[in-house]
Amino acid sequence: MADTHKPAVHPSPDVPNPDTDSYAQESELEAHLQAKPMYINMGPSHPATHGTVRLKLHLEGETISDADCEIGFLHRGFQKSCENVTWTQCLPYTDRLNYASPLMNNFGFLTAVEKLIGLEIPERAQYVRVIGSELHRIHDHLTCVAATSMELGGFAPFLFGMEARELINDRVAELTGARLTTSFGRVGGLNRDLPEGWIGKTLKSLDKIRELALECESLLSRNRIFVDRMKGTGVISADDALDWGWTGPCLRACGVDYDLRKARPYWVYDQLDFDVPIGEHGDNYDRYLMRIEEMKQSDRILRQALAKIPDGPIIVNDWRIALPPKPEVYGTIEGVISHFKLVMEGIQVPPGEVYDATESANGELGWYIVSDGGGRPYKVHVRAPGFPILSAMPAIVKGGLLADLIPTFDTINMIGGEVEQ
Amino acid sequence: MSTFALDRVTAQFPEAVAERYFDRTGGAWAVIHAEHLPKVAAFLKSELDFKLFISIDGVDRLHLAENDPRFEVVYFLRSLTRGEHVRLKVRVNETQEIPSLTSLFKGANWWERFVWDFYGIRFSGHPDLRRVLLYEEFQGHPLRKDYALRDRQPLIPERPIKDIFRGPGTSGVS
Repeated sequence: MADTHKPAVHPSPDVPNPDTDSYAQESELEAHLQAKPMYINMGPSHPATHGTVRLKLHLEGETISDADCEIGFLHRGFQKSCENVTWTQCLPYTDRLNYASPLMNNFGFLTAVEKLIGLEIPERAQYVRVIGSELHRIHDHLTCVAATSMELGGFAPFLFGMEARELINDRVAELTGARLTTSFGRVGGLNRDLPEGWIGKTLKSLDKIRELALECESLLSRNRIFVDRMKGTGVISADDALDWGWTGPCLRACGVDYDLRKARPYWVYDQLDFDVPIGEHGDNYDRYLMRIEEMKQSDRILRQALAKIPDGPIIVNDWRIALPPKPEVYGTIEGVISHFKLVMEGIQVPPGEVYDATESANGELGWYIVSDGGGRPYKVHVRAPGFPILSAMPAIVKGGLLADLIPTFDTINMIGGEVEQ
Repeated sequence: MSTFALDRVTAQFPEAVAERYFDRTGGAWAVIHAEHLPKVAAFLKSELDFKLFISIDGVDRLHLAENDPRFEVVYFLRSLTRGEHVRLKVRVNETQEIPSLTSLFKGANWWERFVWDFYGIRFSGHPDLRRVLLYEEFQGHPLRKDYALRDRQPLIPERPIKDIFRGPGTSGVS
C-alpha cells in the first residue's frame, strides 16, 4: 500500500509550488506583511502570561485592534473554602493568593480579623509583621523585575534577581519553616519568635540583596533595547487608573500619591522613616522604576525595623484568642479546655462586619469580613490588587503593538493566585 | 470616623438612603435603594471626589437573623484627597436587578461580573454580563449559601480519588 504521507512527486526548484508561489516570486524587500485582520489566542499558559490567562486578540497587521481577557478557569473557591473552616484555618488559603508575597496576605487577613475583634497586638509582633512584609515586598518586586527582563530577552538580570530572591527565601524559611506557604501569623500575633541570630543574618543578606538589585538595575535602567521597549508603552492616565481601581506601584507610576502605609498607617509604619516614590508617565518604564525604587525604600524600612525591634511577647495573652503555652496545656485543666475549644471550635469572633486593607506588594489588599458570631467566617471577600489591574489590560493594550503586550503584561505583575481566587 | 460624604449624600438625596449605621469597628455605612444607586455614585464621584473604585461584592444573608431581602451588594469607594472610604450597600432579592455602574466606573465591569458569577445577582445595563471566573456551562452560583459545598461540575471526568473526610475535598467517589 502506498504511503499517503509522502508527496507523489518530489518538489524540485524548477517546478513552481502553488502554496508558496506568490511569495517566492517577490523579492524580500517587497514581501508584504499579512494585513488581513486575524484573531490570535495568547495562552492559556503562554510563557509570558503568568497563569492560565488567555488573551483573545484581534490583530490588524501587528496592531491590536481589540482584546478580550479570560482569566482562566483555575478558580479554587477561596471564599467558599474560608467560609467552611475556622478563622485560623483560613491562613493556608491566604498564603496561596500571592505566592510571591504570602506573608503579606497572611498578615493582611489577620489584621482585618483583629480589627473585627477589636484587638491590639504586641509591639514586637507588629515589628515582625513589618519585617516580614517588607522582605516579601522586595521578593515580589524582584520577581517582577527579573521576569520582565527575561521576557524581553535579558537573562543575566533574571539570574541576579533569582539569586537575591533565594536569599530572602532562605531567611523566610528560617523564620517560618516554609519557603512559600508560610502560614506564619496567628490571630493576635505570630506563630513563633525570631530564631537566634536571625537579625544579624538578615542584615548580611540585605547587603547582598542590595548589591544584586543594583546589578539588575544597572543592566536594565539605561539599556537601549530595554528602555525602547518599555518607554511609552502600556500607558495609562491617572484618572483612568483610578477609574479602573488600580492601586500600588502601578497607580503610583501614574503620579498618584497613594500608599496605605502613609495614608492610613497600620502596625508601626508611622514610627519608621521612608519615602513613597511617585512616577510620572504611567508607562511600563515608570512601573519598572517604581519597583526598583520601592525595593530601596523597603531596604531602608527593614534596616530601621531590625534595629528598633523591642523585646516582649509575640502574641496576646488571651486564651480565647491565642493557644495557651504548652506547659499550661499539659499541666492545667483550663489550658486543656482552651486549647481544645480553640482547635475544635475556632476563635469566637463577635458578630459584625469590617472592611480593612493593607498595602501589599501590588497594591491595596482589602478584606471585607462578616462574622455571625461563630468560629467560622460567614463571609470573606478579598479585594486582590491584581483583579482590577488585570481588568484594565485589554483597554491599555488596545491600539498598541503585539510586541508591547509582553512588557505591559509583565509590569502590571498579574498574579494568578489572587486574581483567580 | 468622618461621615462627611454620607451626610452630603443624605442631604442631597434623602429619598435614596434607606438606613445609616456604624459597624462595631467605626466604619460608616449607608444602605441605598437600588434604583437610586447610579445618581448617588455619580454624585460621590463628581462632587465629592470619590474617584478610586475599590471593589464590589455580595453577601448571601440566608443564615443570618435579618435575611430579607436575601442579598446585600456592598460597594467601596475611596477619595484620595479627603482620605476617606465610602461604604454603600444595596439590598436585593433574587429576582431584582441593580443598575450597573459600568458607565461611571470602568472598574465596576469585572466586579459586577464577579457578583453575577457567584451570587446570580443581575446588573441592568451591564454591557457584557458573562461569568468571569467560572466557565459558561457552569450551573448555579457557588457562593450562595444553599449551593452545596461538595457539589462538583467537572468538564472532563475526574480521576477517582478516595475521600479524605475532612475539608472541602472531593465528593467521595471511590
